[in-house]
Formats: sequence, C-alpha cells, structure tokens
Amino acid sequence: MNLKPETLQRIDEVITHYPVKRSATLPLLHLIQEDIGYIPDEAIEWVAAKLELQPINVYEVVTFYPMFKRKPVGRRHIKVCRTLSCALKGGYKVCDTFKKEFGVGLDEVTPDGEVSIEFVECLASCGTAPVVMIDEKLHENVDPAKACALSAEIKAAAKK
Amino acid sequence: MSAPAQTRIIFKHIDEPSYTNDLACYQRHGGYEILRRAVKRPPAELIDEVKKSGLRGRGGAGFPCGVKWGLVDRKSGKPIYLIVNADESEPGTFKDRYIIHQDPHQLLEGTLISCFANNVKQAYIYIRGEMPEGARILERAIAEARAANLVGPNILGTGYSCEIYVHRGAGAYICGEETGLIESLEGKRAHPRIKPPYFPAVLGLYQCPTIVNNVETLCHVKHIIERGGEAYAKIGTPNNTGTRIYCVSGHVQRPGYYEFECGKITLGQLLNDVCGGPLPGRTFKAVIPGGSSAKVLRYDETFTLKNKDGSTRSLAAADIPLDFDTLAACGTMGGSGGIIVMDDSVNMVEALANINAFYSHESCGQCTPCREGSLWMKRISSRMVHGMARAEDAALLKSVADQIPGRTICAMGEACSWPTQSFVQKFQDEFVSYHTTKKTRPADALQLV
Ligand SMILES: Cc1cc2nc3c(=O)[nH]c(=O)nc-3n(C[C@H](O)[C@H](O)[C@H](O)COP(=O)(O)O)c2cc1C
Ligand code: SF4
Ligand code: FES
Repeated sequence: MNLKPETLQRIDEVITHYPVKRSATLPLLHLIQEDIGYIPDEAIEWVAAKLELQPINVYEVVTFYPMFKRKPVGRRHIKVCRTLSCALKGGYKVCDTFKKEFGVGLDEVTPDGEVSIEFVECLASCGTAPVVMIDEKLHENVDPAKACALSAEIKAAAKK
Repeated sequence: MSAPAQTRIIFKHIDEPSYTNDLACYQRHGGYEILRRAVKRPPAELIDEVKKSGLRGRGGAGFPCGVKWGLVDRKSGKPIYLIVNADESEPGTFKDRYIIHQDPHQLLEGTLISCFANNVKQAYIYIRGEMPEGARILERAIAEARAANLVGPNILGTGYSCEIYVHRGAGAYICGEETGLIESLEGKRAHPRIKPPYFPAVLGLYQCPTIVNNVETLCHVKHIIERGGEAYAKIGTPNNTGTRIYCVSGHVQRPGYYEFECGKITLGQLLNDVCGGPLPGRTFKAVIPGGSSAKVLRYDETFTLKNKDGSTRSLAAADIPLDFDTLAACGTMGGSGGIIVMDDSVNMVEALANINAFYSHESCGQCTPCREGSLWMKRISSRMVHGMARAEDAALLKSVADQIPGRTICAMGEACSWPTQSFVQKFQDEFVSYHTTKKTRPADALQLV
C-alpha cells in the first residue's frame, strides 16, 4: 500500500476518535479512496490489519456502501440524482445529456479514464431539482443546457 | 384565508447575505450565550424544560424529545452517547444540509446543551457521505469551538468535558434509521437491530445508552432553553409545538424551504400562497406530505375526522393543517417535513415506479419481506411502465405491499410499502387501466423511471 504521508497521518488521528477501533472502518476507507481513487483488495487487507479485524469484516463493509468503489472511477465523477423530486423536474433527461456528451453508459468510465457517470439516489437538495454532483461539488437546477455547459467545462479542464 | 407569515427560528439567518458560518459571526449574533447560561443550571432542569416544551423529533417519527431523553438508562454506570442524525436521506427532505452549511454553530450549540443536560461526554455527528462539504464545515466549526473552550475538556471552566466528532456515512439510506446508524458507526454494515432489546436509550452505541436525535431537533433545544419550555410550547399548536421547516419540491412555482409555526398553516396555503401554486396550465394532483415514505394524498381528497367530543367533521386535503396529529388522522404523516408535489402531467404508476426503485435499492437485506417485497414492487411497477402492464397488476402490487409492514426488523418495512399501498388505493383506476392508457401517454411525457 502506497499511501501519502498525510493520509497515514490522518488515519492515525481518526482512529483516536473512537473507543473501539473497528468504528474507524468507514473513515479509513474514505481516506484511502480519497488518496488512491478506489478500494483495491490490498486496501481491505491493510485496513483489517490496521484495525485488528479480519479482512471479511472490512470486505462486507466495502460491498455494502455504494460510495466505496472496487474499481477506479473517472478522474471526474458525475452523480446525477435519480429520485422522485429530481425526476419530476427532468432528471432523466439531464442524465441522458451527460451520457451522450461523454459517450458512456452508467457506471462506465471513458476510455481515457477521465469521466464516469452514476445515477444516484436523493442528494438532499430536492428544492433545487434536478441536481448533479460533480466530484464534491453540488450543481443545482441543472437542465440539459446546463448539463452541456458543465460537460464543456469538464472537457476543457481535461485538455489542460 | 391567505397564509400567515413565516416564523423563522431555526432558519433565522439562513440565506442572510452577511451571515457567514464561522464562529466570529455566530458570536456576533449572540452565539453560545445560551450554552453559557445552560451549563450553570442543573442538568435535570434542562431536561425538564425540553419535556415541557413538547418538542417532537423532526427526523421522521415525531417522537417527543423529552420523553426519549427520559428513557435513557442512567443507572448502568456506562457512558452515555449522543448521536446527531445528519444522514438526511429521506427523499424530499433538504433542511439539515442548509443548517449544516450555513449555521453549523447553531447545531453545535444545541448539541452541546443536549449533551450537558444528559451527562454525555462523547457525541458523534453522523453525516451522510454525499455531503463532503458539510462534513468539512462541521469539522472546522468544531475546531473553532474547541479553540474557544466550547468543545473538549473543561468547557467554559465548568469542569464538564465533551468531545464531538464528525463521522461520514457512505451512501446507504438505511444509515438514517437509528439502529442501522449505530451499527454503521461501529464500523459494520448498517443492519438495523431488533427492538427489543436494542432500544438505543438502553443498548445503543457499543451497547451503551445512546440518544439519537435529528439535526433540526437538536437546534430546537437551543431555542427551548433560551425561551423556557413553557414559552416555547406556546409556539405552534397543542401537542405540535414549535416551528417546523417544510421542504417543498416538485411541481410548484417556488419550491424551497419554509419555516412556520407547526400546524398554523394548511397544505393549500403553503402550496398556493407561499409556493405560488401549480406550474402554468397545470393543477395539483397528488402530494406526499412527509418524505417519500409517507402515504400520498390526492389533492382533491376529503377526509372525515373525529372530533374530541365524538362528532365528525370533514376536511379537504388542501385544508389540512401541517402538524403531526392531523396528518396522522388523515392516514399519512408529517414525517421529515419533505413535501413532494405532483401535478396532472404525472402518471401515478410512473411516479410509484420511481419511488419503488429507491426503496428496493436501499433495503439492507436482512428481512425477507422487505428485501424481496421491495424488489417485487419495483419489478412489477417498472415492468408496467415499460409496456408490460396487466389489469391485475394493481391487485398484485397491493398484495405484495400488504405482506411487508409489521413483519420486519425496522420501519423500512413500512416505509417501502406505504407508497405502494397508498398509490394503488388512491389512484386505483390509473393502475388498473395503465395497460391501455400507457399507449396514449404522449411520447414526450416526463420520464420518471
Ligand atoms: C428507513 C428510515 C430512514 C430514516 N432516515 C432518517 C434520516 O435520514 N434522518 C433522520 O434524522 N432520521 C431518520 N430516520 C428516523 C430515525 O430512525 C430516528 O427516529 C431519528 O433520527 C430520531 O431523531 P428525532 O427524534 O430527533 O426525530 C429514519 C428512519 C427510518 C425507519
Ligand atoms: S426492514 Fe428492510 S431495511 Fe429494515 S432491517 Fe429489515 S431488510 Fe433491513
Ligand atoms: S430527489 Fe434529487 S435531490 Fe432529492
């Protein structure tokens, strides 16, 4: 496991937040995914050893929570909200627009590894539906035109 | 009658251009003064104020907060934990995120007062994974509060110590259910626990007594201690005290969040006067009043309700005061305050198919009725929408839904079956005839699934 020194430091700090080490499973997985982009087998073994657990204890957690990825996603990850309030305002069209812009289906990555698209459940911003989260930034009131503009920004940033 | 004015207590500073989410701004607005006063009072007195206030939980079930605190096992000698439920994942609900982003210190002050009142020395804020910015804002706010001796050891020189940590979820709805949340915080799959024996107040986090409260609930505590429980109880209506934040989404002119005295505004006033009515050329058709698991209301529906003296009265859906009790009497619930509005362009089979896709995705899988039932309901409704509807599907959906509630470990069994039960019952014709009407749906009809 090749984690950045600051990741290792944050890992050691976060473990101190809990009286029982196992509680640090989700925080550790988040920190590792932030660092290397996904959760490889190696990370599962590593977290288990770090927290004095069996690998299966970590594996069952990784496979339960949708945010943990077993394979790399795109460098830019687009999450479009699928749930009712967004759908009522045209969320499905917004999702189709992104798929067309990047020529990929749901949960696929563009061949250059740049972009992936996921249709996710309610992002707790239903009042400004449809919403889209790109990496960690929430975009509100996204119609197909705005989806095209956001796609253009992603493409321009990738060229740099 | 036109709508009353908003009473903004929790959202007082939300969207104020000059209000920032740092400690200095919060303190310029009187921040942490209530905590300073609270820590000089006996904790039991604070619990008493909350009991007197009548505050009911804003996370979904509407359980009285003071009663919940009263159930905490204080004799076991084990530490007592408090968990802030910031999982906000019930579709249609989006109030807690604004509090966290724009007024995090209000949440911390409410949490610290609640911790002091309950002799809690360790609190966790469980925030959903999809709010990374919210988590960072909270972490910064906690660090600021710690530097100002408001969090950590020997708070304000009182000898009382309390730590607060932020814990991020990772995209599973069931982490909002309090015992699923506790399992998740223990580093496991969010499999809800069986009650009894696992009532959090007795056997919660690490098998210790634990209080789980919603973000908005804990913010109210601050205002209860400021005003006094009895004065707070005068806001709102009897048994439905305080203000409520209504999150309106879907087909209205002005969706958004609005804070009113609980029960002092009707559904019709909120949707028409406050939210500007339906979109041009449309009429309201259906409303889900308390997050997507609440039973749907037909906008043209009329209820017959019992009065206290045994007589009855009739009440149109638009005239329902938005409190906990009247919505319950009308067969639905105030839940999380998320109000989802659908106009006459929406076909109810299609809307239900969208909701069913959500619940089948989110079942934790422990109980057969919930795991299989939610999947069946999804498959049937989705098959209907995709051109393979049959007249008998309405009855089939109902029979699956009816076999789930009451037979599961957690209330997700109810949450996933109530939409199907209510949609099919209240829009029976649409479900029975969908196999023919589907062909006449306009080609550009809104896609919902
Ligand atoms: C399936 C399910 C999902 C829930 N999701 C949430 C949620 O996202 N946020 C929340 O505060 N409560 C949620 N709850 C309610 C909690 O279990 C719990 O009742 C609540 O956090 C208690 O806080 P309160 O008394 O302050 O409302 C959910 C309940 C169920 C059954
Ligand atoms: S009712 Fe559903 S979500 Fe709740 S414990 Fe059972 S399977 Fe899990
Ligand atoms: S339904 Fe999309 S944010 Fe809630």
